[in-house]
Amino acid sequence: MQIDARGLSCPQPVINTQKALKENPDGVQVLVDDVTARTNIERFARLNGYQVESQAENDNFLVKIWR
Amino acid sequence: MEEKKFFEQKRGIICTGAFVGLLAVVLMQAGNPANMGMCVACFIRDIAGALGLHQAAAVQYLRPEIIGIVLGAALMALAGKEFSAKGGSSPLTRFVLGFFVMVGALMFLGCPLRMVLRLGGGDLNALVGLAGFVVGIVIGLYFLKRGFTLNRNYSLPKIEGAFFPLIITGLLVFLLTAPAFIHFSTQGPGSLHAVVWLSLPAGLLVGALAQKSRLCMAGGIRNWLLFKDTYLLSGFLTILIVVIAGNLFFGTFNLGFQNQPIAHNDGLWNFLGMTLVGWGSILLGGCPLRQLIMAGEGNTDAAIATLGMLVGAAFAHNFGLAASAAGPAANGKTAVIIGLAVAFLIAYFNSEDLKVQTKGEMKVDAN
Repeated sequence: MQIDARGLSCPQPVINTQKALKENPDGVQVLVDDVTARTNIERFARLNGYQVESQAENDNFLVKIWR
Repeated sequence: MEEKKFFEQKRGIICTGAFVGLLAVVLMQAGNPANMGMCVACFIRDIAGALGLHQAAAVQYLRPEIIGIVLGAALMALAGKEFSAKGGSSPLTRFVLGFFVMVGALMFLGCPLRMVLRLGGGDLNALVGLAGFVVGIVIGLYFLKRGFTLNRNYSLPKIEGAFFPLIITGLLVFLLTAPAFIHFSTQGPGSLHAVVWLSLPAGLLVGALAQKSRLCMAGGIRNWLLFKDTYLLSGFLTILIVVIAGNLFFGTFNLGFQNQPIAHNDGLWNFLGMTLVGWGSILLGGCPLRQLIMAGEGNTDAAIATLGMLVGAAFAHNFGLAASAAGPAANGKTAVIIGLAVAFLIAYFNSEDLKVQTKGEMKVDAN
């Protein structure tokens, strides 16, 4: 599952990721458009025992989270 | 795992906090008001006075720290290829939130950063303010978890994002040339300031470091409560520790509630003022300092929130809302209550889950 968190103020990208992971505990992908949201989601994922990897896509980042 | 960049690690934010604390102590020693080495709310209020938006003669100065913070953030964002013109996420709502964050801050007499500086000077009234600030953050988080959003922002032309830093550059010109139409206090807190060649670089440094590290007073407590993340909180705590050490070193640490500089000890209104600041900051996505930084990065929503703070500061002095060392003003109490009511309306009507409940509809949670 992929969620679109582009353009949302902090910490909404994290909250949306949190909600998405509740429904898909194995992992999700989050599309964000700023570095603050990316690093917040990465920290959130690691603190909750997930693997995480981000890749730049044009002006956006795709943050992949998995167990 | 790839090697993390310096500013994505705790060392980066701790370093930023240490510099902010140190510079705040140095600026106090160099002439800024006591426990006010740096205060985003107080200094925006002074700028409102300098521009003649209010006529409180004691609080008028084009504070170079604010100019430096915005320009430092802008330059660092440009250097790091992070400057990005964005906006359009409920701008008028953000203006109103900025306005009332300032009303709350001028009830307490300080933004969240000055709250930490006051605490570091031993002013226990700031502990009451901190309690209110945390309560405001908890209330804000309640709505965030129920889908609060001011909607997405969008990419805008570069010039739109550049406007705020350019306006601030205009203020810098006014500061350096001191034309007759700019007011500079000759007495009171506005007249107390370090020299420009110290305060401007200090602001630039804070702006640049805070841009890189994302330092945010509200975000620190928020992220810790939300997902046990202590990254931003460690910046907050580092400032506190450094400022306590600095005040002890210079003999300006004065523990207690009474006779604190530019502060009053009305606990209820210190608490409620900072509740409004905390709640408003969470709804805005960052504390007043963070709004300045984001405005420097090209975020025009943050620029609008900052203009809301500027106008809020002007109203606070024109309408007798701002507290003083003597205590809160009657009009200020009314304004803080109105601010809390407005924050509630904004939070309620922008929370998707709550809106759905009021309509009695079923919502399938699709992202």
